[in-house]
Order: sequence, then structure tokens, then C-alpha cells
Amino acid sequence: MFAEYSTSDLLSIFAMQGVAGLILFSVFVLMALGLAIIFGQMGVINMAHGEFMILGAYVTYLTSHVFETYLPSLFSLYFILAMVLAFIAAGALGALVEWGIIRHLYNRPLDTLLATWGLSLILQQTYRSVFGAREVGVTLPDWLMGSVKVSETIELPINGLFVMCLALGISTAVGILMYRSRWGTQVRAVVQNRPMAGAVGINTAKVDRITFALGCGIAGVAGSAFTMIGSTGPTSGQLYIVDTFLVVVFGGATSLLGTIASAFTISQAQSTMEFFMSGSMAKVLTLLFVVFILMLRPQGLFTLKVRR
Amino acid sequence: MKTLFFKGEQAKALTKTAKAISWKTCLFTLAASFAFSTAHAADVNTTGLAVTDKTVKVGILHSVTGTMAISETGSVQAEKLAIEQINAMGGVLGRKIEFIQEDGASDWPTFAEKSKKLLVNDKAAAVFGCWTSASRKAVLPIFEQYNGMLYYPTFYEGLEQSKNVIYTGQEATQQIIAGIDWVTKTKGAKSFYLLGSDYIWPRTSNKIARKHIEKLGLKVVGEEYYPLGHTQFNSVINKIKLTKPDVIYAIVVGGSNVAFYKQLKAAGIDMTKEKPLVLTISVTEDEVLGIGGENMQGAYASMKYFQSLTNDNNTKFVAAFKARWGKDVVIGDVTQAAYLGPWLWKAAVEKAGSFDIDKVRAASPGIELTTAPEGYVKIHPNHHLWSKTRIGHARPDGQYDVVFETKDLIEPDPFPKGYQ
Repeated sequence: MFAEYSTSDLLSIFAMQGVAGLILFSVFVLMALGLAIIFGQMGVINMAHGEFMILGAYVTYLTSHVFETYLPSLFSLYFILAMVLAFIAAGALGALVEWGIIRHLYNRPLDTLLATWGLSLILQQTYRSVFGAREVGVTLPDWLMGSVKVSETIELPINGLFVMCLALGISTAVGILMYRSRWGTQVRAVVQNRPMAGAVGINTAKVDRITFALGCGIAGVAGSAFTMIGSTGPTSGQLYIVDTFLVVVFGGATSLLGTIASAFTISQAQSTMEFFMSGSMAKVLTLLFVVFILMLRPQGLFTLKVRR
Repeated sequence: MKTLFFKGEQAKALTKTAKAISWKTCLFTLAASFAFSTAHAADVNTTGLAVTDKTVKVGILHSVTGTMAISETGSVQAEKLAIEQINAMGGVLGRKIEFIQEDGASDWPTFAEKSKKLLVNDKAAAVFGCWTSASRKAVLPIFEQYNGMLYYPTFYEGLEQSKNVIYTGQEATQQIIAGIDWVTKTKGAKSFYLLGSDYIWPRTSNKIARKHIEKLGLKVVGEEYYPLGHTQFNSVINKIKLTKPDVIYAIVVGGSNVAFYKQLKAAGIDMTKEKPLVLTISVTEDEVLGIGGENMQGAYASMKYFQSLTNDNNTKFVAAFKARWGKDVVIGDVTQAAYLGPWLWKAAVEKAGSFDIDKVRAASPGIELTTAPEGYVKIHPNHHLWSKTRIGHARPDGQYDVVFETKDLIEPDPFPKGYQ
């Protein structure tokens, strides 16, 4: 399998695949982080996660249009603002959904699965009615396109680097929020023991709402970033949902560190294998590998140790 | 008898005919043609289809919800436009076409169920619909069991020929072989990288492409498939960079398309430099909308129709389509093929003088359409269309410049020998 390549080719293969794997890793982290917060911390299986991402993508699309029409001179900067708006829009919708649907279904995880699945269908059809069934093209500012040439064979796509920085930034921010802020302490308290957290004076309903909104908001930012690498259409969210759940479940739902470790493992495994076999086969082997590990460790890679 | 303004042969023929037709036969013909135009429903419809003295019912069966709605919307619009135009011209055998639209909802069992409804309950005289091969395969047994007539618009993998289907799109060899010949002749391509989504159409098409490339004595340096909906193409782009093919032959479909072309551009492969050159059979103007013209610029597409064709038929068609569905719509290959459906059916019904499915089928081979936007098409006895293949060069505005078209119509060959 290596015979047809020269040594220098092989070296650059591994370098390039390493980079491809890192980009895939960042994409996975961005996708999964929002879901990990909601699923891991609240136990809500949010099937509409992909649709929240696409909401972010559509917000980006609208923002790009507004800038193109009214502020063409600032067009190169619109993407930053679009991500902020995507966060706000998806977060606001998340808060609304939590208030309207989710809070009535706590402690009934299977019902949240059905409810959010229904929600995802409703959102898809709404996007279809508002933006049309066809995919929309999001125009990107020039500085996000193209690549940095490192050597003759190694080129780093700029949008890939951007996604990496974004993933790093958001994970750090979430990490600080969860483990260094007062709100994070409250969330973790609610996760570990809801009645006790309530008894010591934590407003659990409010914590839930903010947590859900934050998870959805991060999904919105992810969706906004993915307009650079993927499609924006009413059903595009479905393209991400399976991988997202895979990463979260494999990592151990309650651990954010687990999510990151699992995203890393899956992305590296997949991108290395993709090089030496067909894309479909690589996916099959990745899934088999995940199934095998989950058979050995049903709770996922990392688990929270609490006395129950 | 005076034959003042006619010359030679023509004049002779005319005099002969004039002698042959007495006033009696004249009257008879007149009466007959009168009777024909208001022929009783029972005479033109012996099998109980939904035909009255004034109307005839047909079905439109596409997905307007779900994943495939992206692709099928254009087909629905084209079929409705064709039906409206036919009605404005007086309908078919003097009957106005009424359509019943059903939603296949991107779900194959739903397609089967709805097609049964259209044939059994509504007694549709013809059905225009389906898009993916999977949906066609799902409805095929129903059309054969209840003897319906389906006009199927999408370019597809071939390997099928049903007496109950007229295929108005190209089958694989029509679309592929001319494109590969063109790229080897005019661009001197020697090596190819085949890439596709992982299902029957790309796999069968690439099989034909590979056979043809090898027949020409050229090289396939890689062949790769990714699951439908795959969004990460960095690995395959790396492989392409290493193997340095002259041509990337891409049959990626759906949302994956957007990811593939965006990532190709981001990875520094500039398609306008044509090193490597990108040749696709799956990206019509419809798909470019989602990909973005600037990401597609410089690629070549090989299919039978492009919106930018400049013949008179197409100019009229594009104008009518935009007047009906808005000035921003784009028209892709399949949309045009869907537009042909109702017209081909009308021609066949009128040739047969009957709506009966068996008579329409018998009348279909040899039906010509000189008003087709793509130019001229003719139904082959194998139920596919003779058509030309064209190469389009993608412009940044999302349209294609037609840079090549085959001289002759290409014969459809759904079961190509030596390519399976």
C-alpha cells in the first residue's frame, strides 16, 4: 500500500492528513460542544441540534446579503458580526424552545427525543417555506478563501485554520464558563443533584434555560462557520447530526473533556483511514471501532465520578 | 386547372391530388375531422382513464418536501409550465389537461403509494415524475402492474427499459462518453481521477467512464466514493494533489457537492487554471446556486442542456419560464428534460388518436419534438431519447458557456455492451 509512494511523498501524506484530521477535529468539536452541554449536562436528547446549526447558517446568509447591499465597503468583516448574530438568534430560539417545550419534559428523556425530532421537522419546513427548498450560496469574504503554501505539497486551507481557531476559542470559553464561573458551578450542581441544588437556593429552572440557550447558541456559531465548508439548505442540518451524536456518546455524555478527546480520536482515525481506503470503508471502520469501544465502556471514554 | 405559382414536381403532385379529391370526399374528410375533434370520450379512451369530453387528468409526482425538494422543484415548475402552454394551445385531442400533484416527500415508499393512488384512484392518463433512481425503482412495479405511463426526467445510470416509462433525460453512456472524448481530444487529458457519491448512479457511471478511458489507452489514477451527505473532502483532495491527474471526474451529488467544491477551492486547486481540469456530470445550474458561482468557476460539465443555449426554442422557453416562475430562477438539465415530458405525451396521444396507454406506447417510438429547448429530440424504440451532448464551462455568475456540442444526435443505449 505504501510501495507506490516515495519517502518524501509519504512524509507529506502524513503531514497533510494530519492537518486534514485536525480540521475535521475542529469541525467535530464545534458540532458537538453545543450538544454535549445540552445532552451531557441536562440529559435532553436534542434531535433539532442540526436545525439550530442551520439557523446560524441562514443568519450568516442574511447578514452577507445585508452587507452586500448596504455596506459593501465593510463586506470583508461581515463574517465576524454574522457569527455573533448567529449565536444570539440560535440562543434566543433555544431559550424559547426550552420555555415552550423542554421544561415540561424533564426526567422524560425519550419524550424530549420525540419532541425535539418533531421540532426539527417543523424547523426544516419553516426554512423551506422562508428560504426556498434549494440550497443558498453564502458569499465569503476573500480573505477566508485560498490557502497558505507551506511546502510544494503541503497547503493549509485558510478556512480550515479559521475553524481550528474558532473551535479552540469556543472550547476555552466554555471551559472557563463551566469550571471557573459561578454559573458553571450552579450548572454542575444541578447536573449532580437537582433537588439538592434547588434546596440550597439555586434557581434550577433559570440554570436550565441558560444552559439550553448556550448550547443552541454554540450550535448557531458552528452553523455559521460551516457555511465556509459545507452547504446551507433546509435539510443540511441532518448531515451533521449523526456525527455529532457519535462524538458526544463516544466521549461520555457528561464530560466536556471526553467530547474533545472523542472528537480527536474519531477525526484522526477517520482521516488517516480515508487516505488508504475508500471514504465509505473508512466510515464503516470508524463506526465499528466506536461500537467496539462502547461495548467495553458503555459509559463512554470519560465519565463523571459521582456517588449516587 | 391553373397551377400558376407552382413548379415541376410540386405542381404535378398538386394537380393529381386535386383530381383525386372530389367534393364528396372533401365533405367526408371535413365531417371526419369534425367528429375527431369532438370524439366521444369513449372512443379515445377504452380503458377507463380519467378522460371526459372536455378534460384529461394527469399526475405530477415529485418531492416538494424533504431532502430531494432541492432538486425536484425545478421539474415540477417545468411540467406545470408545459401543461399550461399545451392548454393555451387547445389541449390534447381537444381536451384541457388537469393535473393532480402528489408529494413523494423524498421517501421511496411514499412514491410507490402515491403512484398507486394516481393510477388506481385518479386514473391518470400519464404521470410526470420521480427524480432519483431509487424513487423510479420504487414506482416501477406499480406502473407495470396497473399499466400506467411515467415520463421520467433525470439523467440516470441506464440498465433499465420499461414499457411503462419514457426516459426524457440522458442515460449514462450518452452523457459520459462524449464528455471524455472531448476532454481527451481538445485538452489532451491522459489521466483521470474518478470521484463520486456512494450509490448506484455515480458507481455505474464511473464504471462506464473507466471502461471508456481504458479503451482509449489512458489511465485512471484513482477512484473514490463517499457516503451521501459527506461533508469532509480534505483527504480525497490530498490524494488528488499527490496523484496529479489531468482530470478530476466528479459525480458528487446533493449537499456534498457544496462541501466538495468549496473545499477544493480552499485547498488551492484553482479550476480556472485547468490543472487539474474538473469535469462533472452532476452539477447543473440548479446545484451551482448552492455551491456559489465563484466556487464553481472554471469547471466543465457534460450534459445535454444548458440554460445559456442560444437556439430560438430555448430563448422562448427561458423567457416563458422566467415569466411564469420569476426572473431569478435558473433552469438546469433535468428541468428542461421534465419540460419535454408533457409535450412528448401530447405528440404520442395525437399520433395514436387515443389516450389508451397501449396505443400511446405503440405510437411513442419515432415521436419527434422540433420545439424542444435543447434543439431536437426523438423517442428511440427503447423509450429513451436521441439527444446531443454538450460541454459547458462554468462562469462566475452561475451559468455555463457552451464550448462544445456533438455534431450528431447520440443514440441512447441503456444496456451498453462492453461497459458493464
